[in-house]
Amino acid sequence: MAKKFLSGNEAFACGVRLARPQVISAYPITPQTIVVEKLSEFVEDGSLNSEFIHVESEHSALSCAMGASAVGARAFTATSSQGLLYMAECLPYAAGGRFPIVMMNANRSTALPWNIYGDQRDSISQLDSGWIQAYAENAQEALDLALMSFRIAEHPSVSTPFMANLDGFVLTHTYELADVPTQEQADEFLPPFRTENKLSLSEPKNLAFSAGPDSNTIFKYKEHLGILRAREVIRETEHSFAEIFGRQYTGLTESYRTEDADYILITLGSISGLVREVVDSLREKGEKAGLLRLRYLRPFPNEEIAEAVKNARSIAVLEKDISFGNEGTVYTNVNSALHKAGITAACSDYIGGLGGRNISAEEIEGIFIELKNERSAVRFLGTGGEQDGA
Amino acid sequence: MALNARTIDETEYFYGHKACAGCGGSLAVRIALKVLGQNAVAVLPAGCMSAVGFNFPQLCFGNNAIISTFAGTASMLTGIEAGLRAQGITDFHAVGFAGDGGTADIGLQALSGAIDRNDDILYICYDNEAYMNTGIQKSSLTPFGARTTTTPAGKNIRGNLRPKKNMFEIVAAHGIPYAATASVGYINDFIRKVEKAKQIRGTKYIHILAPCPTGWGIKTDETVEAAKEVVDCGLWYLAEYENGSFTLNHRPKEFSGVEEYLRKQSRFRHLTDEDIKIIEKSRDAKWEFINKNFN
Repeated sequence: MAKKFLSGNEAFACGVRLARPQVISAYPITPQTIVVEKLSEFVEDGSLNSEFIHVESEHSALSCAMGASAVGARAFTATSSQGLLYMAECLPYAAGGRFPIVMMNANRSTALPWNIYGDQRDSISQLDSGWIQAYAENAQEALDLALMSFRIAEHPSVSTPFMANLDGFVLTHTYELADVPTQEQADEFLPPFRTENKLSLSEPKNLAFSAGPDSNTIFKYKEHLGILRAREVIRETEHSFAEIFGRQYTGLTESYRTEDADYILITLGSISGLVREVVDSLREKGEKAGLLRLRYLRPFPNEEIAEAVKNARSIAVLEKDISFGNEGTVYTNVNSALHKAGITAACSDYIGGLGGRNISAEEIEGIFIELKNERSAVRFLGTGGEQDGA
Repeated sequence: MALNARTIDETEYFYGHKACAGCGGSLAVRIALKVLGQNAVAVLPAGCMSAVGFNFPQLCFGNNAIISTFAGTASMLTGIEAGLRAQGITDFHAVGFAGDGGTADIGLQALSGAIDRNDDILYICYDNEAYMNTGIQKSSLTPFGARTTTTPAGKNIRGNLRPKKNMFEIVAAHGIPYAATASVGYINDFIRKVEKAKQIRGTKYIHILAPCPTGWGIKTDETVEAAKEVVDCGLWYLAEYENGSFTLNHRPKEFSGVEEYLRKQSRFRHLTDEDIKIIEKSRDAKWEFINKNFN
């Protein structure tokens, strides 16, 4: 293992190289470009033996990856924002076909207004497409997630495509020290892709067919079970990862000082680092603050959330997302988890960071202070306003 | 021995499907698969052939086959070809069968991308001149004058006002290794072209005219005759593009009647004598171009 100074994009590309995808199809879009540039360089210098397909659009990028996956090849693509939306038709298609493609998405705002900076409305708008969705916090996690994602997606009981999300610029373009595993270690961790769900010359099949009203529900139910089974496979994968690489991840969520916390902020992605610092500074002042980071949005960590916040007096969600006409989607999902667990503590929603707007430590501290009011509300950081959804 | 309608493989690879009686598209798919054989890996986008062939649990392809997104025929072919090659598998033929809408409209961008990369795939467009699967709506390959459900023929507008998009030359302009036009009315010519395409590395495109009795308003036993007549009257032609030049494969000694061809089809029944003159004039202009530029 070697320490390297890498951006999030570069770290993810290093992870992808170690995973030896056989086909990479990609179309450039800011801020994802560096991933595909790096992978092109790896193919050029011979350190990665992949078919690199220069597709003419994101729709073709994922369509091509589906073709490769449908013949049993390990396939990777990457996109962001408008590109993710442009390929949107192919997202449920890949999930329904049970093609375990891995895709990196550089989280970026969606037009209009045009904006190239980071928020998470692009991927969160696709939560229902049937893909596993993970959110990395830093470059090391991005690299490790790249490696783990193939093993999770390709597990025969899961067989579900995997979207690994990195906050645009804040994570994709920020340089950090990261451990880069050796190829030998990576090969020990990640076996070659094997599947029965493929077109095969010795055993011809018809795939991606129509299923009418009588059989459709059972196909969709099986798809649902596949992504639910990822919960267990993620745990197994992280355990095996820790044995080889020495870094233990914590499943669908990561708790920080939540055990005795009165006030817990739930968030995801790169902002978590700053929230952790604010939690520490509040703890020094005697405030019992805690952080729950959602590492995965699908499968959704219902039980983990309920367990982490069960003793809290008040909870808030901080998210870079808005479902127009309602509230933040992460908040909706969290409230469902709380309701199912019978948790009645106040829970507020803070929508921030849209179009890359900075979220400051002071604002995060302000959220914790407002949590003491123990009432539920939907607020926008950056407007000075409050909206109760009434 | 040359492959023809007599010597072709008796094995059926596209069998037991639900296509309408007299379907020209299903004939093109059936024949092409017989030429390509067991190791054809077929991609069919949403459209007639996928709608009639892939209804779980009745899956009717004897070879490997998969439905792609409507726009994704060519890009999925690329992925299949690259994915198999990456695993060291080379004894296969990646073949796409897309209709006129799936090719000349929604799938054109992906097709252009595949030709641009010169991916080793065969793309066959079965052209029945409208969106037949959804109920006969105009595509960019619907000919001038044709009545469709979105180009109704009334007092003010007499059907489709635009000429058929020139897909063959658009594809050729990419510098593709091999492109051809064909018709289910000249099946030996089509067989020969698929056989030829099978031997060529890189991207191949065959555009086969395939009448749809439902959409054209002809009897179900008139498909082959109509597909023959459209060539004989000069409104379609059999040609190839290779090594940068065009070759005409079949020159009718004398054109049969355009009016006769059109009047048999209910989609053209509303045309006036003047409309038919416009069609004849555009045919003559096309043949002037062919005579000047095709070998």
